[in-house]
Amino acid sequence: MLDEITVSTGLLELNRYPLQMYSIAPWRPILCGPEPLVLPMVGDTVHAGFPSPAEDFAVERLDLTTILVTHPQATFIVRLRGDSMREVGIFDGDLLVVNRALKPTHTDVVLAVVDGEFTCKTLWLKHGRMKLKPANPTYPEIVPKDGQIVEIWGVVTATIKRFRA
Amino acid sequence: MFALVDGNNFYATCETVFRPALAGRPLVVLSNNDGCAVARSEAAKALGIKMGAPWFQIARLVESDGLIGLSANFPLYGDMSNRMMSLAAGLGPTQEIYSIDESFIGLDGMRGDLVERAHKIRARILQWVGIPCGIGIGGTKTLAKLANHVAKSAERKPGSYPANLARVCSFAVLSADEQQAVLQATAVGDVWGVGRRIGAQLKEGGVNTAWDLARLDPATVRRRWSVVLERTVRELRGQSCIPLEDAPSNKKQIAVTRSFGRSVSELGPMLEAVSEFASRAGEKLRKQGSFASQVYVFAHTSPFRPPPQFSRGVMVPLRRPTADSALLVAAAIAGMRRIYEPGYQLAKCGVMLLDLVESSLYQAELDLEPGEDRDQSHLMGTIDQLNRRFGKRTVFVGSAGVPQAHEWAMRQERRTPQYTTRLADVPIARA
Repeated sequence: MLDEITVSTGLLELNRYPLQMYSIAPWRPILCGPEPLVLPMVGDTVHAGFPSPAEDFAVERLDLTTILVTHPQATFIVRLRGDSMREVGIFDGDLLVVNRALKPTHTDVVLAVVDGEFTCKTLWLKHGRMKLKPANPTYPEIVPKDGQIVEIWGVVTATIKRFRA
Repeated sequence: MFALVDGNNFYATCETVFRPALAGRPLVVLSNNDGCAVARSEAAKALGIKMGAPWFQIARLVESDGLIGLSANFPLYGDMSNRMMSLAAGLGPTQEIYSIDESFIGLDGMRGDLVERAHKIRARILQWVGIPCGIGIGGTKTLAKLANHVAKSAERKPGSYPANLARVCSFAVLSADEQQAVLQATAVGDVWGVGRRIGAQLKEGGVNTAWDLARLDPATVRRRWSVVLERTVRELRGQSCIPLEDAPSNKKQIAVTRSFGRSVSELGPMLEAVSEFASRAGEKLRKQGSFASQVYVFAHTSPFRPPPQFSRGVMVPLRRPTADSALLVAAAIAGMRRIYEPGYQLAKCGVMLLDLVESSLYQAELDLEPGEDRDQSHLMGTIDQLNRRFGKRTVFVGSAGVPQAHEWAMRQERRTPQYTTRLADVPIARA
């Protein structure tokens, strides 16, 4: 409806205003009412000086969560106790990032449920047999006995070690 | 077309995911203060434990049957619910979160085999989150809910419905004869929207099954019962009357109530308790941007204990609608002083905010009583922000007292760790 609007000294100046009932004093600034009127401006900001050369390359900063967590709904954090996995670099007190969305495959480090307890081991799937191998020669392998159910709860995709807060 | 996705024995299953040793064991999750069973594992149901059974009545099963009672761990259930809901949302374009463990999915515009898709989503929720679900699909929300009941019952109680309807049941793909058989096998009281009282009335009138209800004349139902039940009848016939609510609507009333950790007979702690509850309710009230016009305060003794019994409540009208915690607390305290009487072992009390109005629609009035009604919305907003950022009860109303001294405080003796929401509580794996 408004053909042209220019802003001057905080009031609206209407160059051409088609509704005659308002044009009491055309070419004069008039107040349009109690509600503030928001006018779009050309461009957001006025740039003085050299424009940032990085502007066209704006990207998100690296985020540890997105690196470590590919399936947020299926990812759980578990703390490891014990040293049977030290040869793959997982130590007592480390945090395990466990993903339940992945299909466990041969040689994956997994979180398994053995006799109702969580245990972390390497999954061995060969010749149709399954066993859980520790990464420390002083620990025995876990081979499911007849009727014993070993559940793979999730795949360990990363560990988090902190040296200081 | 709608689907209803619902987690089986949700609270109990959440606990089992992180304590696999509990799988298959009789397990109940207890309400606030370890009062009564609010969730039961299948094995606990098999022991005959009813929903809402008070703990002190079933505690003997700990010795005899290895029953396990756990305090409700809402931070855990909330997080698991969130995971489950976001996967359930993959079923269709729109979703209504109906409760912590149930959501309706709008399926309009979905192509392909919906039953197969539902099975896939169900398998994904089970694998990713560890929660088994039942999924019901139907042309109306009532039929989706009914199909969900069929899916769960067919799995739990073989023989109740055809076995091929277990876990996922679509009412829409059944033949007319199969639909009739399913409706006839469903008790009228199991239909969504039929409460206990109306269910009993219907049965008296010879309406025993969902099929009987669907065959009633809607106009008659409206005249004899209500528009609500008429809607249920129409929905059972496949005419969709209840739309999906994507945005949660504001609550019409806000209640904060608790059973006490141990009984209270003095006035002092009762005043602390209602002060605390009124300020918690005030926080919820401000969160949804409403004002309250009435404050209802009540207290009672335990209905399970011997007399003397006490049960009283009082409605305290507010001078004008407000969301100011100080005024709400003052009203709650006035109410408690009114109903309190010494000599009773009080077990529960609560504060309800009623007659809520949108703060944006609040009609102002000419202020003739200066000083009394200063606008406290900035102060309240700041308090809410502080409490959100630094933890609950960082800033609180003084009359609510210091928590260490609360003799009425919540009892959670069997609380499990917040496995997924506190780093210090994450599960432990042996290696």
